[in-house]
Amino acid sequence: MGGLAHYLEEAGIATTQISLCRLHTEQMRPPRALWVPFEFGRPFGPPNNAAFQTRVLMSALQLLTFDVGPVLTDFPEDEPATLGEQMGWACPINISRPHRTLTGGAAIAAALTEEIAQFTPWYDLAVKSRGRTTVGVSGLDLPEIATLFGAMFDDPLPSSPVPTLALADVIRLAAEDLKAYYIEAASAQPGEAGSRQLSEWFWRATRAADTLKRMKERCLNSNDESLKIVGAVLLVPYAQAG
Amino acid sequence: MARLSDTSARLRERLESLECHAFETEPMVGGPPLKQRRIAIISTAGLLKRDDRPFVLGEAGYRLLPGDLNHNEILMGHVSTNFDRSGFQQDLNVVFPIDRLRELAADGRIGSVADFHYSFMGATDPAQMAPMVEHLAPLLQSDRVDAVILAPV
Repeated sequence: MGGLAHYLEEAGIATTQISLCRLHTEQMRPPRALWVPFEFGRPFGPPNNAAFQTRVLMSALQLLTFDVGPVLTDFPEDEPATLGEQMGWACPINISRPHRTLTGGAAIAAALTEEIAQFTPWYDLAVKSRGRTTVGVSGLDLPEIATLFGAMFDDPLPSSPVPTLALADVIRLAAEDLKAYYIEAASAQPGEAGSRQLSEWFWRATRAADTLKRMKERCLNSNDESLKIVGAVLLVPYAQAG
Repeated sequence: MARLSDTSARLRERLESLECHAFETEPMVGGPPLKQRRIAIISTAGLLKRDDRPFVLGEAGYRLLPGDLNHNEILMGHVSTNFDRSGFQQDLNVVFPIDRLRELAADGRIGSVADFHYSFMGATDPAQMAPMVEHLAPLLQSDRVDAVILAPV
């Protein structure tokens, strides 16, 4: 981010920026930066809180009045806690506990498909109420993702189902689609879950997460260097990798 | 929450050990008052349109985001798993504050909102971004943009 600021200013375009990692901003010294104490992934603060987001945005834009710097200031507010973070939250759908005893691509795909179906009503509600979904970056639909992920446990590995993308890229993008589907569905349920509650629930309670953890091992043990990279760092977050 | 002390030990170790690119110069452009500025957003969240080619591993290119895109057309293709996506999934403005920017323009607090915005994938070597910015700067200038808000993820 600091590099972009530098090159844009060199080209004659003024910049201001959000900083999520103060340490890196201090080292790169962009001309204007507002450090915010929010979780990575949320540069403008909480969802569905326009007033808060506007305060963050205006604080960053007001740094444009400085023409001598670098200027690095701190946003003074933390994100407010959600209702779920204050009161506790649990996903009301009673899903089957994940288990690692399933073997064979067809069985794993079938179990994943069954679990995906349990969330369809909540996912549909989420799409209807928000008017959007972030599922779709892989170009595959959910049944195709379940089939592909099941096939990852067979020999030989499947070929890429998207002709323009390598298998490693499709696996990574499909994993994001799968996670987005579950989190969009869960966050549409009552109780206003917080981000960490949603993440803990997904990685602790779902067969989808169990499948991703097993795929991590499968990718790491493959002979495909790109799949090894995906398995090492791009399927399971550090906080859940054990 | 983005205080390093709040992150997992492994992520904290990785962030603390990351060598940041140092620049010999510190260019800093001035400009008119905020009320007269035309603002564009550049995100490093790997945002793309639903029919765009996805970002692939190690890619330094950018994607174009017209300001009048329906929110449902904007997806995220960032490679990292180590940040929250649930905020973005519930509200685009958490990452790409296009509605907030339009409200500021309607209130007269900024001059106007650019017609086009852009997104890179973060975690990219800054040196690889230099030629991309050389390509991008004339596009911003032709859109009469005189300030950019840079949004990481």
